[in-house]
Amino acid sequence: MAERPQLIKLEDVSKQYDGAEVLSDINLYIRKNEFVTLLGPSGCGKTTTLRIIGGFEHPTTGRVLFDGQDITGLPPYKRRVNTVFQKYALFPHLNVFENIAFGLKVAKRPKDEIKARVEKLLTLVNLKEYGRRSVESLSGGQQQRIAIARALVNEPEVLLLDEPLGALDLKLRQEMQLELKRMQQRLGITFIYVTHDQEEALTMSDIIVVMREGYIQQIGTPKDVYDEPKSAFVANFVGESNIIRGTMLKDFLVSFCGAEFQCVDKGFGRNVPVDVLIRPEDLQVVEEGQGMLKGTVRSVLFKGVHYEMIIDTGEFSFKVHATTMQPEGAGVGLSVIPFNIHIMRPMPVELVEEEEAGE
Amino acid sequence: MISMRFPPWAIGAMILGLAGFAVMVAANVRQNRGVKRSLFAYPYSLWMVVFTIIPLLLIAYYAFTDRSGQFTLENFRTFWDSNHEMNKQLAELGFDPAALGGARGTVNVDTLVYSLWMAFLCTVICLFLGYPAALFMADRQFRLGATLVILFIIPMWMNFLLRTIAWMSLLEDNGLINSILTALGLPRMQLMYNSQAVLLGMVYNYLPFMVFPVYNALSKQDYRLSEAAMDLGASPILTFWRVTMPLSLPGVISGITMVFMPSVTTFFIPRVLGGGNTEMFGDLIERTFLSADNWNVGSALSLIMMVLILMSLTLLRKVDPEGEGGSTI
Repeated sequence: MAERPQLIKLEDVSKQYDGAEVLSDINLYIRKNEFVTLLGPSGCGKTTTLRIIGGFEHPTTGRVLFDGQDITGLPPYKRRVNTVFQKYALFPHLNVFENIAFGLKVAKRPKDEIKARVEKLLTLVNLKEYGRRSVESLSGGQQQRIAIARALVNEPEVLLLDEPLGALDLKLRQEMQLELKRMQQRLGITFIYVTHDQEEALTMSDIIVVMREGYIQQIGTPKDVYDEPKSAFVANFVGESNIIRGTMLKDFLVSFCGAEFQCVDKGFGRNVPVDVLIRPEDLQVVEEGQGMLKGTVRSVLFKGVHYEMIIDTGEFSFKVHATTMQPEGAGVGLSVIPFNIHIMRPMPVELVEEEEAGE
Repeated sequence: MISMRFPPWAIGAMILGLAGFAVMVAANVRQNRGVKRSLFAYPYSLWMVVFTIIPLLLIAYYAFTDRSGQFTLENFRTFWDSNHEMNKQLAELGFDPAALGGARGTVNVDTLVYSLWMAFLCTVICLFLGYPAALFMADRQFRLGATLVILFIIPMWMNFLLRTIAWMSLLEDNGLINSILTALGLPRMQLMYNSQAVLLGMVYNYLPFMVFPVYNALSKQDYRLSEAAMDLGASPILTFWRVTMPLSLPGVISGITMVFMPSVTTFFIPRVLGGGNTEMFGDLIERTFLSADNWNVGSALSLIMMVLILMSLTLLRKVDPEGEGGSTI
């Protein structure tokens, strides 16, 4: 990917509410035309970050730069960004046309220009005949499209989206994901997208920013974040995972569950405790006696494309995804190739406990 | 003596109402072999019949009859015909249009016009004082909002007669304000017994009825709507005019209703703060009933008042069809 200029930059941003820190040391840049997703569980600070970019909140410390200019203190109506709000926030006293035209009317554009631009946007969101309808008569999906059209009318350089698909059902959500992605590519606008849905993040983003309790955990492409999570938290949050406590014996050799495994990681040192990540789909169920590990099938769930089995080796219960099933109680072997064993620095103990308490 | 004033049919209706109530209760208990929930609605229905419907019928009856009980429209003629005999009688009792400043028609018309004008002023002042107050109270950023709400509620815990009399001790010739003026070596001022004092008393009493419906409408508003407006480039002032204000209109209409309606029929306040110099329609009706002892003309005046109020209500319903401001009238 060609290096694009940095459009938005957050420098050492933190935010406190009544003494409680909700954002800490946020350093983040967003390039032009990127689709960036802020991903994390509720309360992780992702929405606050978005609101700081939109100008609705002001950081306690740090700076926000837009195109190299400091916009930290600039009010929302002077920023070249627009927002699609979580529950759309459409104006109930205005009809669809007037809602979309709001930004242009406020900017005192001539009437025929307003008409032309609103109609173009109505076409873009496939709601051409809906201009005169009241917004309350529309379905959730339609209101969603109007909210997007309204935010796009001022031709912003950056569109902020705060969990825009949260209120839609699964089918519609998947359709809208594709539509949003297409729209972003066609219009060439930078999208900053907030969600707690990891699948949504993986599907749409160029860059994912994983957040937790006010801190950025990892910034990377969807593939990076999925394949090379930097911590057990990221691994758990993005996709399903088996995280086993193990010991890095030396470069390219790790031990867990009483066995030694070849791996592709190095640089941890000798005999260092580590977290080992194996994705459920990377474990192969083989015949008993074969493979590196021996276990018993504890439960089987049919999930559509695959079966999800819990296989207990005595030391650890592995979650395994496979297209063929083994009956409950069957003895099986497990094998994994070195490439699919991912080594991470271990989480501090208190975070591990929290994680376990949360389950 | 008063009981003789009630026509036989009204007394009959009351007895019938009571009997009907007893029958309904008995039937309900028997039918359900015990007490059912709808039973608790009966006392309320009885209350409505005895204290609302029958009095209304009585007013209508008196308005359209003379003292001997014969049908007549004379009572309504007194409203606009200044040469009418009854108005002459009223004038002899001190109901002098000239005393009110502008003798445009009969004392009745003058008083009504004066009352409407005062109610209009009161409503406008309440709106301009109350809207900003409600705006502050509903502001999420303004931490004193909750305190302000309480401060507006506390005076309402006291009877409005007491509140009005309290103003006397502030405004009267030897009252607090004049004492301070004298102490400062300034001349005393005539603060009471004029229209301004009456207006002050009205605004003071009715202001909460403007503030709370507006506050209600404003605080219910999703703050994201004004954020969305600002996001789209509207300055705070433009956001107020384009989003916050239009969306609070149901509350404003409700507030106008709740201030204007009782303002027109204000009585007592003019008597206490206005002395004998000003009179509003409510006082006029009261005096026609009690001082002039003319229940027929008094009822006619009440009926005219009622029709006026119903007309304004219908008009407001058209502007706010869903009654969104929480109007309770």
